Amino acid sequence: MSAVEDVVTEAPAVEAVPKRSMTLGYGTSLVVLAALILTPLFVKNFIIFQMTQILYFGLAVLALNILTGGSGQFSLGQSAFYAVGAYTSAILMEHVGMNYALTLPVAGAICFGFGFLFGQPALRLSGVYLALATFALAVAMPQLLKLGYFEHWTGGVQGLVVTKPDAPFGLPMSQDMWLYYFTLAITIAIYIFSVNLLKSRSGRAFMAIRDNEIAASAMGVDVALYKTLAFGVSAGITGVAGGLGAIAVQFVAPDSFTITLAIQLFLGMVVGGVGWLPGSIVGAAFIIFVPNIAEGISKGLSGAVFGVLLFLVIFLVPHGARQVAIVAQQLIGKLKKT
Amino acid sequence: MELFINQVLAGIATGAIYACMALAVVMIYQAIDHLNFAQGEMAMFSTFISWQLMQWGVPYWWAFLLTLALSFAGGIAIERLLFRPLAKAPILTNVAGFIALFAIINSVAGLTWDFTIKQYPTPFGSSPFLGSQLISTHQAGMIGVTVGLLILLYLFFQFTRIGLAMRAAASVPESARLVGINTSWMIALGWGMAAAIGSIAGMLIAPVVFLEPNMMGGVLIYGFAAAVLGGLTSPLGAVVGGFLVGVFENLAGTYIPGVGNELKLPIALALIITVLVVKPAGLFGRPIVKRV
Amino acid sequence: MLSKQKLRIAAFSTAVIAFTAMSGSAFAQKKYDTGATDTEIKIGNIMPYSGPASAYGVIGKIEDAYFKMINEQGGVNGRKINFVSYDDGYSPPKAVEQARKLVESDEVLFLFGPLGTPSNSAIQKYLNSKKVPQLFVATGATKFGEHKDFPWTMGWQPAYQSEGKIYAKYLLKEKPDAKIAIMYQNDDFGKDLLKGLKDGLGAKASSMIVAEDSYEVSEPTIDSHIVKLKASGADVYFSITTPKFAAQSIKKVAELGWKPMYFQSNVGASVGSVLQPAGFENSQGILSANYAKDGSDPQWDNDEGMKKFYAFLAKYAPEANKIDGSVVYGYGQAQTVVQVLKQAGDNLTRENIMKQAASLKDFVPDTLLPGVKISTSATDFYPIEQLQMQRFQGQKWDLFGPIISGEVGG
Repeated sequence: MSAVEDVVTEAPAVEAVPKRSMTLGYGTSLVVLAALILTPLFVKNFIIFQMTQILYFGLAVLALNILTGGSGQFSLGQSAFYAVGAYTSAILMEHVGMNYALTLPVAGAICFGFGFLFGQPALRLSGVYLALATFALAVAMPQLLKLGYFEHWTGGVQGLVVTKPDAPFGLPMSQDMWLYYFTLAITIAIYIFSVNLLKSRSGRAFMAIRDNEIAASAMGVDVALYKTLAFGVSAGITGVAGGLGAIAVQFVAPDSFTITLAIQLFLGMVVGGVGWLPGSIVGAAFIIFVPNIAEGISKGLSGAVFGVLLFLVIFLVPHGARQVAIVAQQLIGKLKKT
Repeated sequence: MELFINQVLAGIATGAIYACMALAVVMIYQAIDHLNFAQGEMAMFSTFISWQLMQWGVPYWWAFLLTLALSFAGGIAIERLLFRPLAKAPILTNVAGFIALFAIINSVAGLTWDFTIKQYPTPFGSSPFLGSQLISTHQAGMIGVTVGLLILLYLFFQFTRIGLAMRAAASVPESARLVGINTSWMIALGWGMAAAIGSIAGMLIAPVVFLEPNMMGGVLIYGFAAAVLGGLTSPLGAVVGGFLVGVFENLAGTYIPGVGNELKLPIALALIITVLVVKPAGLFGRPIVKRV
Repeated sequence: MLSKQKLRIAAFSTAVIAFTAMSGSAFAQKKYDTGATDTEIKIGNIMPYSGPASAYGVIGKIEDAYFKMINEQGGVNGRKINFVSYDDGYSPPKAVEQARKLVESDEVLFLFGPLGTPSNSAIQKYLNSKKVPQLFVATGATKFGEHKDFPWTMGWQPAYQSEGKIYAKYLLKEKPDAKIAIMYQNDDFGKDLLKGLKDGLGAKASSMIVAEDSYEVSEPTIDSHIVKLKASGADVYFSITTPKFAAQSIKKVAELGWKPMYFQSNVGASVGSVLQPAGFENSQGILSANYAKDGSDPQWDNDEGMKKFYAFLAKYAPEANKIDGSVVYGYGQAQTVVQVLKQAGDNLTRENIMKQAASLKDFVPDTLLPGVKISTSATDFYPIEQLQMQRFQGQKWDLFGPIISGEVGG
């Protein structure tokens, strides 16, 4: 190929999302919150369990959203951070006997450190190269977890069984319901933290880097620091999600955290809308329910049906749930005027 | 020492598989500026088509050529039907499209041909090559085809009008359009060629790994790694990258004590990332200077 | 006007009718748990229809077809089987979700034949705490027969560890000075079988085993491992592999001109889906152990049981590939669970299902080797425990030696 150094303007991988439109209005937030709090009182335990799943998967998608939608870095390695979080919680609960709630901050902190460190070499990489590096991390993680040296702690290929916590203070609710509200509280806390993070000075730095890295550094943004910070925060939140997942599923094993999980989280982000935090929950619901719908339509071709449904979604709304929300908002606006 | 030579030779033999796949990866990257996650599955599907043709009594080389033509057409059809409408959508949405395509192809192949492994014929035979039992004539043939393909691609991109037009359309679409190149069709052509090269890769790989719907899963990971290591813009780099990954992986598995065997893929990947950190555009890639 | 006599007769017959009705209910004692009614028995199942292990999804399809056949023949004790099978994509968290869906939303009577060690490990605790039987799990992991800790979980096929022990026993007798090289899949299956083998070799294990190497299922080829194992100078080679890698291994060993005493784990020993693609000429003399008939082995063409099996395939699953070991597997499993349901009669409680599953006496499904029988008891949760050694010759397996019972545990 030509030896001439090509000069190109790299199109940002993620289009700019204005800061305000990354969140929901107060009114809508309250309605959603009320629905999340009240629904479990009227449904079966199994549905509550599924809602819990949506919440912790939503958290993991949100974490990826901060990284990709916020700072413009693309990751296919979120399953690795998720696995570290899940194993941290599981090991602390089963081997150390630590209270489940206390394991989550530890899982988050360890994953933050892990992500921050991983962000260092990743600094030099962008676009597909970063995708490959993170992809490599996701591929390597199950093999690391199986490693004989850690087997005493991780249970090796057999995995670890985790005890599900009862509701505290003798509250009259099932384990599932308690775990749901516990997860909900953490999810809300992290959501509020994330919204504020993106509104803060750091968040503005993330977005400046996302939109144009060179311009950002010219304006005095410490690009290296903020890029690794974004990795750290994202990994930390993913770790908490992983810990919650381990408690809810009561089991961790290397097979739970394969590249498939990373791909699911990625799909969740795209379907929810890249850069739109509330979309994370929609994306999580998509990756949990659509495979079930697909297999309901055809068992032999469940994969194909899933693929077709996914194509339909991205054809109709290439910008994900965010696009739906914008259209809905405009419609409501018009109705108000008339 | 003998073990060392054996592992290097075995690595070259396996590396040929990765090199073949990496070529297809580079081809599509040239056309659409992104990695196609469904590439491996497309190659697998093409291979099944050729297998089916042979089951129906079509001789090997006719089946080979027919499959090549069908894959080329299939690649273009996929682009026109599925990815053309997404041209304006964000790039990450396109990546989601690749994943959807992956799921569809894998599932349809599984239902049509089931998951039992199938023996796939080789035109080169599988006796020892030049007296060495480590490389079979098939693997030698595979290396030969890969190198031949590389030369053809080089000539195509360097000296034919259409090859030049494709390069122009991929690197500077606006200017290419101004000089009258139909960039949209160039992308479709890229898909077709990538699919055709992928089908060759599939047909060469299948005799070694056996034909079944999941046969390309692992190969694609290595193909990506090889292509990225060599530099995504360079077919030569992809082929060299493939051989390097194959050899390095075997040596890591054999000589790194303790964890080498269990972690040979992660170690190989870690090395690739290290290379990328030093040379972000890969070993043979063009450095890109960014502009505000 | 009715005469006194007529009245008396009427009164008498009413009494008789009433009595019969009462005695009827007294004798039949119909008892049901969730998922069972007068007309239906609802059974749940989890299979990897998608994902990396989708090759095994065919087991679920065959079981479904088998129950369709049973239903067409009138069902079990007049009840139709409603088989609800879900996909977990071989992912443990998804298996938990699907198991809860089956138990809490579909309200099945019990779970039958969920596939894979990771998935079964993930749902074992939940099912045992809910007291829902987890019957005949489709994995040979030894831990799924521990009746004391998990009284609601039962395996089906011979445990991988007992297979390993049988090979060890054979080797110690035939070639006590062997130098062994082992290739195993780096997961529960590979490690479990390896453990059985090492336990069986006992104190001699460390001196006999000169090399061991593991591979990941994501590896495209395992050639490099075999090159390395050959270099160890071993004269006995163990291939603890699944079908695709088993075939690769057979082919590569032949290409290298290596001629060790070759053991192939049962999972990868199918004639049609492993040895034929790998080449019969490369497979001569390979040793293995088996408990079931091979659907692609011509020696069973005139076997009574296999004739029934082929007739079933022709009518209810014409698209199924009889050379696929999973097809034979699904048939045998489904036949066993139907036997349990027959024994349970009208007492379809979860407790009784478990009790009946634990009191199978010399039951012989159509697809098991002559002499291999299924027996269980309250303290024996390993239904199939017998295997027979076999050697590949020509185009089929030659069974030899006695039927060996491989005790697990200890």
